[in-house]
Order: sequence, then C-alpha cells, then structure tokens
Amino acid sequence: MAARVRALETILTQKGLIDPAAIDAIVETYETKVGPRNGARVVAKAWSDASFADWLRTDATAAIASLGYTGRQGEHMEAVFNTPDTHNLVVCTLCSCYPWSVLGLPPVWYKAPAYRSRAVIDPRGVLAEFGVTLPADTRVRVWDSTAELRYLVVPERPAGTEDLDEERLADLVTRDSMIGTGLARSPEAA
Amino acid sequence: MNGPQDLGGQMGFGPVAPETDEPLFHAGWERRALGVTLAAGAMGAWTIDESRHARESLHPADYYASTYYEIWTKALERLLVRHGFVDEDELAQGRALRPGATPKRVLKAADVAAVLARGGPCDRAVEGPPRFAPGDRVRTRNIHLSGHTRLPRYVRGHVGTVEAVRGGFVFPDSNAHGGGENPQPVYTVVFAGRDLWGEDADPTLTVSVDAWESYLEPA
Repeated sequence: MAARVRALETILTQKGLIDPAAIDAIVETYETKVGPRNGARVVAKAWSDASFADWLRTDATAAIASLGYTGRQGEHMEAVFNTPDTHNLVVCTLCSCYPWSVLGLPPVWYKAPAYRSRAVIDPRGVLAEFGVTLPADTRVRVWDSTAELRYLVVPERPAGTEDLDEERLADLVTRDSMIGTGLARSPEAA
Repeated sequence: MNGPQDLGGQMGFGPVAPETDEPLFHAGWERRALGVTLAAGAMGAWTIDESRHARESLHPADYYASTYYEIWTKALERLLVRHGFVDEDELAQGRALRPGATPKRVLKAADVAAVLARGGPCDRAVEGPPRFAPGDRVRTRNIHLSGHTRLPRYVRGHVGTVEAVRGGFVFPDSNAHGGGENPQPVYTVVFAGRDLWGEDADPTLTVSVDAWESYLEPA
C-alpha cells in the first residue's frame, strides 16, 4: 500500500493537482492541533459553567465554536449528556463519521467492522470490551451518525472534583469518554 | 446500496480491539493517504456523498479486507479516473503520462488551515414546514436503492419516534450521483432496541438514526 499511495501522490503532484506541502500541512494539523484535547476542554467547561452547558445543549456548534473549535467534520455538532440514568454511545454504522473538530481523527477500531456492526445491537457487550460495565438498569442510547450531525458525548463529572479548575478537569476527560466507550477518569486514577 | 458498508447488526467480526495508547497513524503511508485524499477532495470535482459512494462500491471482499485508509485510497483512485484526472495506465506505472482534466482549484499549503477550519457545511434552506414534528410516530420506508443512501438496513420498515427536527440538509441519495443537492429536512428518529432486534434485546436500549424526510412515512 505504501507504494500505491506514493504512486498516487507522485502522479497528482506531477500533474499539479496537489501540493505536497499542503499534504504536510494537513497531516500536521491533525498531529499537533486538532485532537481530543479540544473536546476535553469543551466538556470541562460544561462541567464548570452551567450557562455554557445550557448553550452546549441547545446550540453545540456555536458553543464549541466559541472555544475556537470549528471546521471539517464538526460543522454541525450535537452534544449528548450522560446522566445517572442514561449512557450515550456514538457510532457510524455506514462509514466513519466522527467529530473531527473536537476529537481529531477517529481511532482504527471506530472505523472497523467489529465496532460498527455491534454498537447498535450489543452495546453492553462492546462496552465490556472497553472495560466498562454499566448498572443493569442504566438506559443505553446509541446515536448512529447517519447524516451530517456529529455527536459529542459529555460524560458525567466524576465525584471528588469540586475543587478542580477547568484545566485539571480536562485531564480527566478521555477521548473514549466522549465517544461513550469510556467514562471520565476519577482524580485518583488520573 | 445494500453494500459492505451497511454494517449495523451484522455478526462475525469478532471483538472490538481497542489499542492502548494507539498511534494516530500506523504507517507512514497512512499520513500521506489522509493528506492526498483531503487535498484531492479540495479540487471540488466530487462531493463528500460521491466519495462515500465510491468507498462503499468496493467489492465486499475487498472492503472487508481493507483498513480504512486503504478503502479511502482505493476509492480515491476510482474518483480520479472517473473525473478524468488520472488514467489507469498512469496508476499502473506510478507516473503521469499525459495531462488530465483541469481542477476548479488546487489546495495550497498556505490555505490549508483556513480550508480545514471552514469545513463544508451541508445545511441548506428548505421550502415549507417540515412534514413531521417531535413526538410523531414514523415508519422508515422499506427501500433498497442500488445507488447511495444513508438509511441503514437495520432500521428499514421499523416504527420509531421523531425526537428532533434538525433542519434542511443536502440529500445524499441524489447529490452522490450528480443529481443536485435537493435539500430535505433531517430528523433524529429513535427506535426501541426490542423493535429492531426482537424480544431478547436489551430492554434498556434505544438507537437513533438521522433520517432525511423522504426516508420516512407516518406510522
């Protein structure tokens, strides 16, 4: 595959259709600028600031943009909040739709058939493979991203975090907790 | 299309394999595949819907044997040939042999940040009020199109409840095939797990999809 991609890049560059420096810039964007730390800051602010949480609930695209996170695969955002009664899980059964602007590029497992096939029929079995066991009476809500809306899960704020500022709260927000395949870390584990 | 991409509820793929501290890319070529795919898309010759259709049109055996960056790369080759930018013999030889189609634009490094930050919003104004409202019971149509569609098989023919009206969006079924944007309202429709998967399903489970209006009829 390396040779095939190199051939493609060579042909397109020779024809003036792509600029290799633009490819470097795209890769650098997702390696250094756009990743799950963005989403973690959104969640930490929602935990800390009730009015921001309300804004996030009613107009996630604008609330997230106010922190500077916009753009490709984050044009139309929805935030879904976990509660003691309901756990949210996000999947794209049809391809690999994922909120790039807040989580960066999706992990391999998110794009692979095992997750995409089972998240909608056996979400608790999937969660167990991530080490997450929910109470039997917790409702599980799966969001299949079949259109252009991109979903960000706001995990529950862990206990014992009342004194933490947003930066330290963001350290507890894992990428998986914003997909729904994990929970936010407790301060003792962080 | 009822293609290999439509995975909801399929079985046999084994456990999910999360990696601890997985790298963003697993090989150097994956970086270039990402960049080449995005840069080529920025020429503006095809829509995101056409590119999704190109990926799901891979032969199922090829699709399931490929990683996602491999799927992207193989589909990109098809798109470039289809739109006259590259010929098969050039792909085989790995070098340009002749000029091809002229793109609308070429993405320059200096513009990458702005282009990525702008993205490609797909919301569009639609005429008239939406047909359905939150709380309405709707049935997804039992349709099996040979072209691109975003209604997964596992919800077709099932009754669910409209939870939210999301506004108008480009209709992928036509846009993927050069048929225009034809925007329609999109709804979040939620289904009970037992309605989709039978009595043995998790009683706490609900699943939603985002469905264009023409996928739905009153229940």
